[in-house]
Amino acid sequence: MPAAPASRTPGPADLTLHELRDRLRAGTCSPSEALEDLLARIERRNPALNVYLGCEPERLRGELDRQWRDHPGGRLRGVPITVKSNICVAGEPVSCASRILEGFRPPYDATVIERLRAEGAVIVPRANMDEFAFGSSTENSAFGAARNPRSPALDRVPGGSSGGSAAAVAADVAIAALGSDTGGSIRQPAAFCGVVGLKPTYGRVSRYGLVAFASSLDQIGPLTKDARDAAVLLSVIAGHDERDSTSAPTAVPDYERELDGDIAGMRIGIPALPEAEGGLHADVRTAVDEAVGVLRGLGMKTEAVGLPRLDKSVATYYVVATAEASSNLARYDGVQFGLRRAGPSVLEMSVNTRTEGFGAEAKRRILLGTYVLSQGYYDAYYLQAMKVRTLIRRDFEDAFRRCDVIVMPTAPTPAFRFGEKLHDPLQMYLSDVFTIAANLAGVPALSVCCGTSRAEGLPIGLQLIGRPFEEGRLLRVARAFEDATDWPARRRAFAQAETPR
Amino acid sequence: MTLEPVVGLEVHLQFSTDTKLFCGCPTAFGAPPNSQTCPVCLGLPGALPVLNARAFAWGIKVALAFGCELARIMKFDRKQYFYPDLPKNYQISQYDQPLAQHGHLDVEVGGEPRRIRIRRIHLEEDAGKLLHEASPTETYVDFNRAGIPLLEIVSEPDVRSAEEAYEYLTELKTTVGYLGVSTCNMEEGSLRCDTNVSLRPAGREELGVKVEIKNLNSFRAVKLALEYEEARQRQCLERGERIVQDTRLWDAKRQVTEPMRSKEEAADYRYFPEPDLVPFVIEPAMVEAAGGQLPELPAARRRRFCEAYGLSEYDARVLTQTWALGRLFEDAVRGANAPPKPVANWIMGDFLAYLNAKQAPLESIKLPGEWFGHLVQLIEDGTISGKMAKEVFVQMLEREVDPNTLVAEGGLRQVVDTAELDALAARVIAAHPGAADEYAKGKLTALMYLVGQGMKQSQGTANPTQLTEALRRRLGGSA
Repeated sequence: MPAAPASRTPGPADLTLHELRDRLRAGTCSPSEALEDLLARIERRNPALNVYLGCEPERLRGELDRQWRDHPGGRLRGVPITVKSNICVAGEPVSCASRILEGFRPPYDATVIERLRAEGAVIVPRANMDEFAFGSSTENSAFGAARNPRSPALDRVPGGSSGGSAAAVAADVAIAALGSDTGGSIRQPAAFCGVVGLKPTYGRVSRYGLVAFASSLDQIGPLTKDARDAAVLLSVIAGHDERDSTSAPTAVPDYERELDGDIAGMRIGIPALPEAEGGLHADVRTAVDEAVGVLRGLGMKTEAVGLPRLDKSVATYYVVATAEASSNLARYDGVQFGLRRAGPSVLEMSVNTRTEGFGAEAKRRILLGTYVLSQGYYDAYYLQAMKVRTLIRRDFEDAFRRCDVIVMPTAPTPAFRFGEKLHDPLQMYLSDVFTIAANLAGVPALSVCCGTSRAEGLPIGLQLIGRPFEEGRLLRVARAFEDATDWPARRRAFAQAETPR
Repeated sequence: MTLEPVVGLEVHLQFSTDTKLFCGCPTAFGAPPNSQTCPVCLGLPGALPVLNARAFAWGIKVALAFGCELARIMKFDRKQYFYPDLPKNYQISQYDQPLAQHGHLDVEVGGEPRRIRIRRIHLEEDAGKLLHEASPTETYVDFNRAGIPLLEIVSEPDVRSAEEAYEYLTELKTTVGYLGVSTCNMEEGSLRCDTNVSLRPAGREELGVKVEIKNLNSFRAVKLALEYEEARQRQCLERGERIVQDTRLWDAKRQVTEPMRSKEEAADYRYFPEPDLVPFVIEPAMVEAAGGQLPELPAARRRRFCEAYGLSEYDARVLTQTWALGRLFEDAVRGANAPPKPVANWIMGDFLAYLNAKQAPLESIKLPGEWFGHLVQLIEDGTISGKMAKEVFVQMLEREVDPNTLVAEGGLRQVVDTAELDALAARVIAAHPGAADEYAKGKLTALMYLVGQGMKQSQGTANPTQLTEALRRRLGGSA
């Protein structure tokens, strides 16, 4: 068992986003008090957690002054929002946790950043991640892995790729955060760290300014302390953007208002799960079963649904995602920005730059993606994968004729140990078996904490998957589940204890 | 065994849209390097393309002008290769669902009509430009051109001679000029052309090994390069050698094609659908709208000019070179109800010579077309002489005044009044008694001398025919 908890003084950074927002509005908490509390925690805890790849307090203080002054009616006035290192913030280092972007500071803000700023938020950039979002543990960060604050000895991964965002929220070194999800990169770390993570419908949130991993799968979404916070953040960042041709012109509801409402009578779809490699962890199975019981208690009905091609999703994903990644990463060649390693010719300069700048996982995915798009292999791999992708999307359409929300585990196990899967990429990929399908189908999915492992108290995530643009329904179910359980309060208590030091 | 050349042409047109294909950057030629760029056309991480609606509409317009079938659903693909002038190291282009296919362009070669089929037309973005001259040791990149809309027009291998290739390109350029979508300036690179040629025994279906030719900077260069390459391949085959499939560069100075340094391996562009752009449905309404905007095309206009105005094939061709010149001609004829042939002569002769001498584009002349008709009318009804007309013409262009006004205000009217001319004749005879005497003695040329003197005195305003008669009457001769 861990050493005696070294409890810390509660401060504004313990608050959820909506609590802080309400206090700032009511004047019961000053914006600088909140920011200073957060900065103090970052300073104190980041050396151990490595959730931020750097922090410039002075710049944040300046931004707070401006934001507080310029956005008196802003929905997020004075609220610090942590942002993953693959979302462009003008003038900030946006490294994607890769050496190849060394020195790169984009000259423009991503659309989500503009929208947050327009509501008075203060952007806290540089959350740690897997390099270019390639990974499920943040171990692929070129600047060292982030640590899971919920593991007593800090020996567990926070999940990935948005591991820095998730761990920061879990440890109260962020009020709320943005991540990106291509195959589970928001939901899996949310599950591992015991917070809420929402991957919106493809097209719900603009990708303009999100450094692309796999363009047809990527979505930006919130990682938060509870479901209400996710609703608040999504309301601000969602919506059509004429700079992103794939963003949907669908109207944005007030997701916070959508939280209120009954879930009784909604149908939960329970799919038959594919045999997870290494098996579904018994504690995960138990926690998810119990969660379904809670939801039934709230009046939801269960329905068995088939997602027959769930077991094909990992293979399909690693063809589509790597094909797109190999293309999206071609621009990192040392010509315009980022790292440059000289060579006797332009081609050799690019080769040297890429050889030195990319980590092993990035190289692996570039090679794989290049291979599947090569002449003679395209039909067998890429085209075939696109066909299976269409079938998976149809599986969801079929399932949603019989239910309103599909429920399954977010990840087959609680957070694993550092190094456990690092040298077995396939094992690492398979830990995304439950999350990937939602990206392939473009449907929204949310992870909410539903339990902890018996032995070490590691969080377990319940995944809720919905119809396109039904984020409101997922948030309402999550909120009802949180109200009926005490997981958000337990997270807070754990964070306040600051057990692992 | 007769060998016939089989030629295909690939034309890249740069659209003269105000903004680039996937971003709002301006497209003006000649701006300082990298002054017309943004995150999108620089391919900065996170930036996304958005299709320029005008370029899309213009593409449809060109496709319709060439009789193409438009795609029902058009999509973009990424064409991937590493080159430092390509910001993303892929070009957004179109692979298997291009904008349009199966069109044609009719040309005339040696009086014979020829139909060249067009295989496909697609939209893509231009690349930047490498600048090697700025430094002996370094290469710079200018991305102003990156992202400018290009329309690629690929012909079927239907062209059978260098001459035919030249005619195809000329007709293509004329047609595109009518649509107003490109400046078609090969020097500025707004029109680029690659070609490929192979030889095969005449009458045989199967194609020979083809050679691609690049670095062609004018239509003349295309013609010369094809002639050269045809001769080169012919000699090779006659010597019993085999043609190697490769890409050659035209050396305009030495007038030869040279093999390009061969690529180590065949290019594999790894095309795949551009995930940042959704497929575009081409609605019938869009096609209708574009069709409604099509002007009368050069071939139809040529036919009409011949038939409606009785012009020769040659005249019709010259007058329909550009849409504006043809319109000028028609405004002159219709606006002033002037006879077509003299109007055509004035426009093709004095007017084009004037523009040429001034190095002025047609667009710089803002006069109403009717004025050209007025000028011809004044000559036709004898108000001014042909000689006076030249002066009126210049003043019309430079002072921008209607010839009718010029004549009315400037006394540039021919004297046709009999009494006035008779008085003039009397004055001339009085001033030149010697010449009058000689005429009386039978020297007929003396009369011409007196007419000349009279024209001089009247400063060219006298009607020469009527003056001659008046002199004759006075001198009493009838010779």
